[in-house]
Parts: sequence; C-alpha cells; structure tokens
Amino acid sequence: MNASSIARDVASGKVSAQEVLSRHLGSIRVSEPQVGAFIRVMETEAMAMAKAVDEKRRQGARLGRLAGVPVALKDNLQVSGVETTCGSRILQGHVAAYDAAVVKRLKSEDAVLLGKTNMDEFAMGSSTENSSFHPTKNPWNLGCVPGGSSGGSAAAVTCGMASLALGSDTGGSIRQPAAFCGLVGLKPSYGRVSRYGLVAFASSLDQIGPLSRTTEDAALALSILAGPDAQDSTCSKKSVPDYSAVLGQGVKGLRVGLPKEYFLPGLDAEVEGSVRGAVEVLRQLGAEICEVSLPHTRYAVAAYYILAPAEASSNLARYDGVRYGRRSPSARNLEELYELSRGEGFGPEVKRRILLGTYVLSAGYCDAYYNRASRVRGLIRQDFKEVFKKVDLLATPTAPTAAFRLGEKSSDPVSMYLSDVFTIPSSMAGNASLSIPCGVNRAGLPIGLQLIADDFQEQTLLRAASAFEKAKPFPRPEKFSS
Amino acid sequence: MSIRYEMVVGLEVHAQLATKSKLFCSCPTDGFGAPPNSRVCPLCTGQPGTLPVLNRKAVELAFRAALALDCRLAPFSIFARKNYFYPDLPKGYQISQYEHPFAQNGRLQVKDKSVRIHRIHLEEDAGKLLHAIGSKELDGTLVDFNRGGMPLIEIVSEPDMRSSEEAAAYLSALKEIVQYVGASRCDMEKGEMRCDANVSIRSSGSAELGVRVEIKNLNSVRAVKEALDHEFERQSELLTCGGRVLQETRLWDHEAGTTRAMRSKEEAHDYRYFPDPDLTPLVADEAFIEKIRSELPELPAARRQRFLSEYGLSEYDAGLLTSQQALADYFEAAVRGRQAAAKTAANLMATELLARLNAEDVGIDASKVKASDLGELAGLVQDGTLSSKGAKAAFAALWAGGDSPAVLVQKLGLAQVSDEGPLRAWVQEALSTNAQAAADAKAGKQRAVGALVGAVMKLSCGQANPAMVNRLIKESLGL
Repeated sequence: MNASSIARDVASGKVSAQEVLSRHLGSIRVSEPQVGAFIRVMETEAMAMAKAVDEKRRQGARLGRLAGVPVALKDNLQVSGVETTCGSRILQGHVAAYDAAVVKRLKSEDAVLLGKTNMDEFAMGSSTENSSFHPTKNPWNLGCVPGGSSGGSAAAVTCGMASLALGSDTGGSIRQPAAFCGLVGLKPSYGRVSRYGLVAFASSLDQIGPLSRTTEDAALALSILAGPDAQDSTCSKKSVPDYSAVLGQGVKGLRVGLPKEYFLPGLDAEVEGSVRGAVEVLRQLGAEICEVSLPHTRYAVAAYYILAPAEASSNLARYDGVRYGRRSPSARNLEELYELSRGEGFGPEVKRRILLGTYVLSAGYCDAYYNRASRVRGLIRQDFKEVFKKVDLLATPTAPTAAFRLGEKSSDPVSMYLSDVFTIPSSMAGNASLSIPCGVNRAGLPIGLQLIADDFQEQTLLRAASAFEKAKPFPRPEKFSS
Repeated sequence: MSIRYEMVVGLEVHAQLATKSKLFCSCPTDGFGAPPNSRVCPLCTGQPGTLPVLNRKAVELAFRAALALDCRLAPFSIFARKNYFYPDLPKGYQISQYEHPFAQNGRLQVKDKSVRIHRIHLEEDAGKLLHAIGSKELDGTLVDFNRGGMPLIEIVSEPDMRSSEEAAAYLSALKEIVQYVGASRCDMEKGEMRCDANVSIRSSGSAELGVRVEIKNLNSVRAVKEALDHEFERQSELLTCGGRVLQETRLWDHEAGTTRAMRSKEEAHDYRYFPDPDLTPLVADEAFIEKIRSELPELPAARRQRFLSEYGLSEYDAGLLTSQQALADYFEAAVRGRQAAAKTAANLMATELLARLNAEDVGIDASKVKASDLGELAGLVQDGTLSSKGAKAAFAALWAGGDSPAVLVQKLGLAQVSDEGPLRAWVQEALSTNAQAAADAKAGKQRAVGALVGAVMKLSCGQANPAMVNRLIKESLGL
C-alpha cells in the first residue's frame, strides 16, 4: 500500500499504525530471506513508534503527515541509538549519537522507522553487491541486482516490506535502483534537502531523496524532507512549494527536450523504445517535444570519477580506528592502527576510490585532474543552464539497460560505472531529477524514464510524472501487493 | 677572516579567537583545564554525517585583527581541507584556508620598522594528545578534543626580521594589537597564542636567501628569542665548518635549550588541499567590513598620537599608556573633565600605579585606586592643594583602601599650606636661623635661595607651597 493512503487511513482511524506495521513485518518475514533488503530491521523500535502513534490518536492529538507510515532508511542515515554501518565493516557496531535532519523530520510527522537498508559500501556502487554484509536481490528477478547504491531501499519498497524509503543519490544511486525496481525515485536539487546526518560520500553531490511506488508519495515525502536547515551550510534557504498541490496540473504547454547525447547508437533497443513511447504519451497529453543538445555530456562520467573519489578520499579519512568503528586488534603502533583498521575495514571498491581520490588531489597531479575536472563540471552546469532557457524538462532513459544479473559487472568496474552514464550529468549540475517506471522489457524487468528539471523545479518534475503515471499506470506483479 | 652572518626570520603566529563557542559547532571554548572531552559534540569529534556551520562571531573577530594589521580583506575567501592523518585530528583533515585567505598584505609597526604581513587565514584547532602512563586501562596515548575545533587565525609575516630581538619585538607588538582589538586574549601560557619561526642565515649584506628551517613549538616571546639565537649559532657553525643547512622542520626543546630535527623536506606532508564542499565561500561585502571597522577601538598608534597632541604627554608616557587598551581607557577616564591635570595623572600612573600593579603582578582591572580617584588626586596637585610628595602619600593611602582623595588629604593633613600668614612666619624663622644663607642669597647666589626654601619646607613638615615660599623669600630679601 502506498504511503499517502496509509497516512490518510491511520489519521482517520480506518486502520491502526500497529496493524499497518504488523502487515509490513509480515512481508519482511516472507520476502526478506530471499531479497536481503535490510541490514537491520528495527522491529522493537518500530513497534514502540507505531504504538505511540496509535496512542496519540486515541488522545485526540493531530497526527503528522506520515502517521503510521513504515519508512525504511538507507544505512547511511544517522538514527540516534541505532547502528549505522553504511554497508561497511569499518562502521560495524557504530551506534549513531544523533538523528539526521531528515530523520527528525520523519519522526515529527509520526512516521514509523522500520529499519536500515542495505547499500553498496559508503554508497559506492550501482548494484548493492559492494555491501560488506550481503548482496540485495531484485524482487522482480532474484537473479538480478536491484541497482545501487540504494538497492536495499528500492527492494524493500518494491515487495511491500516498506511503504516508503529514503535513499541517497550521488551519481544516480536513487534513480538507477528506482528504474531497476519499477519505482519512483526522486533526486532533489542540490541544497533542497539537508545532508546533516547523511554519512558523506561526495559532499558536493550527495542528496537524500525518496523511493516510492507513486508520484503522490514522492511529492508528500519531498514536502516533508525539503527546506532550510541551520546545520547544513549548503542547504538552500528557498521556501518549499506545496508539491502535492501541483500533481493534477497536467503537462499541457510544458516543453520537453530530448538531449541527443542520451540517445546514441548502442543504447539498449528496448530501453530506447520504452522511453520514446513514454515521450509520445507526454506529447499526447499536450507537452511540446523537441530535440536539444548538452554537448559536454560525454565528459561527465570521467569528471565525476575524479571529483567524487577526491571528496570521498577526504570524507573517509575519519575512519581511522581512533574514536569509533573498527579498530584492528592486531595493531601495535600508530601506523599499524591506520593501516590495519582501514585495510581490514574497507572493501575493494572503497579502497579503489580512496586511492583514485588521493592520487587526483596529490601535489603535481591536482591541476591535471581535480582542477580540470572542476572546470568540466562548470561546463556541464552551463549546458543545463542553457538548455533550461529553451525547455522546462528533459526526458532521457534513467539507465542504459534494465537490471543486470548478479555478478555480471562485478569484475569490470568501468562497465559498472557506465550504468550511471545518464544520471551522473544532472548530479554534476545539481539539477532536480526523477526516475519513473515507463515499461517492462521482454525479460520482465522494469525500465525507467528519467525526467530532469532546472534547480529547485521539483514541482515541474512531479507534475509531469504524475500526468504520465495517470495516463499509463505501471503494471506491478500480483506478488508484490502486500 | 670569518664571515659575518645575518639571520632572516618570518613568523607564523596562531591566535585563538576570543569567541564563546568553537569555529564550526556550538561547544564552549572554556575547555582549558576542564576535564578531558567535556567540551565536545558529534561535530568536533568527527562523527559521521556531521557538517560544519561557520561561527559568525569568529569571522568578526578575525576581521578585526586583520583591519588592525592593515590588511587587504578579500571580498570572498574559501575554506579548504588540509588532509593528513593524526589521532588529534578527528576528521582526517583540518578545515583551513589555502589559496584564498580572508586577509593579505598587511603590516605592523614594530618600533622603527614596518613588518609586512603576508596573509591571515581562519582555521580550526586540533585536539591534544595525552600520553598516559600508569593504570593498566589507561596505558598508552589518549586524546582530549576540548581544544579540537577552537577558532584560530594564523598570521603569517614576510621574512622581514633580521635578529632574534626584532622577532621577539614583532611577536610582542602583534600580541599587543591583537589583544587590544579584542580578537584574542593571547594568553601564551594557555596556548591561546603559539608561534613557529622560519629562519635562514646568509652572509651580511647578501641579497640571496639561505636555506629555510622551520622551528616549531615557540610558546613564549622568550622562547622565540632563545630558539632563534640557538638556531643562528647552529647554522653559522654549520656553514663556517663547510657544512650546509638542510631544509627541515625542527622542534624547540625549551628544557634543553636546543632545536632538534623533526622532519626533512622529503618527509613533508602532501596535504592535498581542496575547497571544502561542506562550506560556502565566506563573503565579506563592504557593509560588513565597514561595520567591523566602525566597531574597532581607536588603534594604539592613532591613540598614541592623540595622547601627544590632546594631552601634551611625553612620547614615553603616551607610548606606555597606549600599550594596553585598558590602561589607555583608565587614563582617559581619570582625566575626563580635568584635561589640565593630564600630565600629572600620566605621571602618577607611570610611577605610582604601574609600580604597584607590577609588584602585585596584576592587570589594571585589579587596580585598588579607581580612575576617578587618580584623576581627582592629579587635580589636587594641579591646583596646588597637594605637593607631589603629598600626592605620593595620598596615593599610598588610597591604595591601602582609604577614603576619597579630598577626605584623605584633610584627614592626613597633607594639604599644602598656601596661606601667606603662616608662610611668612616660617620664612622669617628660616631667615633668622640661616643668616649666612640669607646673606648669600642677597648677594645673588641662587643655591642659597634653594637652601632657604628647603629650610621652610622642613619647618612646615613639607606642607608649605614651595612656589609661594620661593616668592616670599625673595620679597623679604628685597630681590
């Protein structure tokens, strides 16, 4: 069941938060052993929260906008008193000392926090296979990956274990798993949602956003998550529009651009067909379609794999075994404390990116790599600024393929990196973007349509997504309805 | 013939800004001497997911210092991460400023020399390692993060100093002005001001710079002088004996009175600076800078100038009284409405007041004589009620906790006698008992007049008004 309906029903007393929770815990018991979406199910805490919501209602208090909604959180979000591992051995046993800003907001709206979901270690990956603990499987086909790095969040919502989930997106980590699992995944503009309490991967790119079954739920979630926060200097002070209010407005008169750089030869034919079909639906609904160009698109992945690892190499320096997290028991001196704790604690992909990032920032190489990539980022940003003078939205595939098989790309990092080729450019520019399911391929796997809007134009994204969703409801298999 | 060398010195001085909270979190800054890790939060211990929020007050104080040092202020500056591993550095990087500091190109007048300031930047302090030995559980090294995240400015001078004395004088002058504008308390014993020196030597008169050695851990003005003297000796000896100076970082060992090698150029860190993506650029527009400028107290140099022209003080007194803001404030409070007594007040401060403050090793704020009382005392001297000797006695009584100056003068009978009646009687007595002196005076000997005045002073127990006595003696002798 979707989050908006649950909140309405709990608020009206049609169903209790505890009943809702027990249904979801039931789904977890059935699906979790095969899917592996969670690192930790917070059953006790969730039961206490659901009970408190029901109690609040009994006392006649006004309930929050997420009353009784079971929400799963990616394990890089800090929840006070709960272990937060980021999918990494190095943080195993680390209990968060405070609530992330988004967690506070969810709590104040009476959401029920259900558990911490699996992820690629420190959000580095596109398949959730880089988790230190276990891979997560795609509920549509257990032989396939759910995408990543927010794969656990996507899988949990897909098979009804959670009604809504939060993920984080640095280069596509919300949108690509949403596409692979047939969900709506929203990456807000950089600065729209506070990052306070999100364990940093690449600070200038990271954004928190919702994964949901419907556009309505995404709008509801964003209305709650978005807004200024004094604890995050990069969080915008712009006021938050009522995202739910725009949902019925249709797309008549909206100008939608198809960037030609996203439809090059070699693109999976079924993905292309499905995305073009979706664009046709938008045209029939009254949108104006045109081709546009973002000429620097082809440099985006390369520049991203310089900038993101550079920031990561610095962000991950704090995991040193001194204050929290893993400390190697065999360390005999300071050098060994660092080398062994980090050597044993981090997985291979994280090490690869720390090495890359350290290299591109080092004396003598910084100009050729970090500084040049920063300039490329400026050009990419400029591309988007220019194109949004002509159109309101861009429509592209979210990922070049549907979900791939577990293990298929694990030994080839570059091919794994390329699964984010369509999501990285708008991350680099900081634009708002969203993935919405637009079809299913012959193998029975979902395909995602990516919509990109200018900074702080989430309402345009949601408006178009909602119109599309109404015109072309996405068929979800019977087995996923809890 | 032996070559004569000169040293070339530049100083890097860290000053802790006098804020209530740390640079990027709301933890209090009163952690010195507090139980370890009692002034910490998730941010200043580097917990995952925390984000820095810049303390505006720290920015204001930093800009105050920069304006006092005549710096050019950047309209925007950028925080950068300085990356290195050390257990006292909780994030694995220090937030500092690198390519774009907030202030550049300043100068500081040190006696007759203008020392150029290369740059000033804002940064956070690291924690402190405690090497615990003893109980089994605590054996090893522990970290105290009370100091971690404290707001600092680093003031980097140009290599403009040519002797250890100059370097020490620069540090004293810097401390004075940074304190004066309230940017830092600069208590070096509490580590609120710390100094590193870059020093090289070259043959006197040469324009080339020698190989630079950085000396760390200079935590007093004396340490700067001693370490530089030692380093000068060491480098001179090396060069004289045909050796060469290595570019390296050395540590001053106060106990041993020597410097020792810490790390060579090859071992120097690659800090991999890059702009901190968690912080936006620090924007300082004209309005902000003007606001800070308008809140600055009058700077010592300007105030000194004004003390010379407005109060007619001597160079020495003006310099002395403007060396500390509190001292200058005290002086101005004392002479408010008594401009004519300014010189006397300055004199009383320089002799009586400062001597007592120094003897008790306390600051002006602990003075037992109120500024208004000192002013009143100076006024009494000025209008002839009190002799300077009487003023000295009255000051001592005030310091000991007496009444107001006017009351004291009455009580102690310190008032000067300016009544002609009693004065004439004393003069007559003095003339009759010192006939020889009277004769000499009459014959034009000035010294004899002095002796007669002295005799009257003696008869009056020091209370006679000496100027009037002088006049009356001359009158009586028909001079």
